[in-house]
Amino acid sequence: MTIRIKKGQTGKGLLDTVEKMSGVDLGVCYQCKKCSCGCTVSNHAQSPPSEIIRRLQLGAGDELLNNDLIWTCVSCETCFARCPMGIDMVSIMDALRKLAIERKAAIPEGNVPLFNKAFLKTVNIFGRTYDLGLMAMYKIGTSSYRQDTEKLPIILKKKKIAILPSWSTNRKTVKRIFEKVRQNKESLK
Amino acid sequence: MKYAYYPGCSSESSARDQHASSLAVAKALGIDFVEIEGWSCCGATPGHHTDRVLAAALSTANLILAQDMGLDVVVNCAACYSRLKMANYEVLNHSDMRKKIAEAIGRDYNGRVNVKHFMEVLLEDYGADALEKAFTRSLAGLKVASYYGCLLVRPNEVTHFDDPENPKSLDNLVKAMGGESLDWPYKVECCGNSLSLTTKSELVVSLSDSIIGMARAAGAECIAVACPLCQVNLDLRQIDIRKQTGRHYDMPILYITQLIGLCLGIPVEELGLNKLVVSPSTIINAVKAAA
Repeated sequence: MTIRIKKGQTGKGLLDTVEKMSGVDLGVCYQCKKCSCGCTVSNHAQSPPSEIIRRLQLGAGDELLNNDLIWTCVSCETCFARCPMGIDMVSIMDALRKLAIERKAAIPEGNVPLFNKAFLKTVNIFGRTYDLGLMAMYKIGTSSYRQDTEKLPIILKKKKIAILPSWSTNRKTVKRIFEKVRQNKESLK
Repeated sequence: MKYAYYPGCSSESSARDQHASSLAVAKALGIDFVEIEGWSCCGATPGHHTDRVLAAALSTANLILAQDMGLDVVVNCAACYSRLKMANYEVLNHSDMRKKIAEAIGRDYNGRVNVKHFMEVLLEDYGADALEKAFTRSLAGLKVASYYGCLLVRPNEVTHFDDPENPKSLDNLVKAMGGESLDWPYKVECCGNSLSLTTKSELVVSLSDSIIGMARAAGAECIAVACPLCQVNLDLRQIDIRKQTGRHYDMPILYITQLIGLCLGIPVEELGLNKLVVSPSTIINAVKAAA
C-alpha cells in the first residue's frame, strides 16, 4: 500500500472521532496484519483492515469514508478475534459506516446502506423483519429486479420466505427504541 | 430443563426447518422451550451497522422479557445469539451504554440473563453422554463436515462459545451420533451472508463456493450447520455456484438439529427436511439403527 501524507496537514482527521465512537484505542496497533490475513473480504476491497487503521493513525480525513472496505466488510469478526492487541475492528468499521452515512460519502456497488435502511424499516413497523417487504424496497431502490429472480420458484416452493409479515406484540418498545435513537441523533446536530 | 426460547425472525421465513427440528428435538429430550411472548428482532447486522445504541437496545428488549420469565434464553440462530450476547457484554462492560440502552427502552437491565445456543444446552446442560444414550439410530459410516461460520465463535470475549479457531461442539455432536467428523480447515470461515440479499452476491457466491469446495475435498457427504444464515446461503447458493463456475456440488446442508432428530428416530416430516434445496435423501438413507 502507498499512503500519501500531505505536508503541513494539521489536525487528527477522523482518528479521534472514530476512537471516541468505538471506545477503541488504535494507538496500540503495530501493523502485524493478522486482521488483513484473516479478512474474509480483503481480496474484494480497496484496502485490508490494517491499512484502514494505518491511514487513521496517519491522519486520514473524510476521504477515507469512500473506501469500499467499509461496505464490503461482512462483520465476521475474524479481525477482532485474531488481533494480538485486542483491537475491536468491528466497532471501528461500525463507526466508519455511521460517519460515511452522516457525511454523505460515496456508496459503493451493492448499496448496503439502502439494504440496512429497508431492513430496519420493516423492524420498526412490525417489530420483526419482513423479508419480502425489505427485498421489494431494496430492489426498487437499486433497480435490481432481475437479480435472484430465477431462484424465486424454489424459494416459494420450499417456503423459504414468508408471504405475510409477522407482528411482534412488543412493537411499542421497538418503536420507542427507534424514536429515542432518532431523537438523540437530532440533539447532537 | 426449561428455557425461554428466542426463535428469531428467520424461524418464520428461511429457517422454519431449523425451528421445527429444534422444537422436535427439545420435545423428544424433555427439554421445555417456552417461546418469549412478544419477542422482536435483535437488530442483526443492519442494527450495529447503523447505531450502537439501537443495536444493543433492540436485543436488550428481548432479554428483559426473558428476565421477567426468570429463565435462561436459548437461541438457534448464530446471528441472534451473537447480538443478544453482545447486548449483555455492552451492558456489563460499559456503564454509559447501560444508561443509554435504559433510556431507549424505558427500563434498566443488569446484563445478567444467560444466553445459550441450543448446542450449548445439548452438550453442557443435557450432556453428551445422556444424548448418546437417547439416540436410537446412528450416522455410522457418514462423513460430516461441521461448519460453524463466524458469529457463534467470534468474538470469543463476547460469546465464550468453544474455541474460536478450532471449535469442536458440532464435531462432538456428530461423533455422539456415530458419524465421522471430518478434520477440515474452513469450519470458521465466513460465508458472507450479510451481503447475500444485496447486489454484491457474486462475492457471496465465491465465499460459499470455497467453503463447499473445501468440504468436498475433505471427503464430506454433507455439511452440518447451526446457523440459519449459513444454511440458506450454502444450500441455495449452489444454484449460483453452478451458474458462475460450472461446479456441481449437490452437497446437502443440514441443520445439526435435523441430524440429531434423525438419530432420535423423529419422523422426517417433523424435521423440515423437505425444505432443503439440495435433497438430503442420501443422508436420510444413510441413517441406520444404532448398533
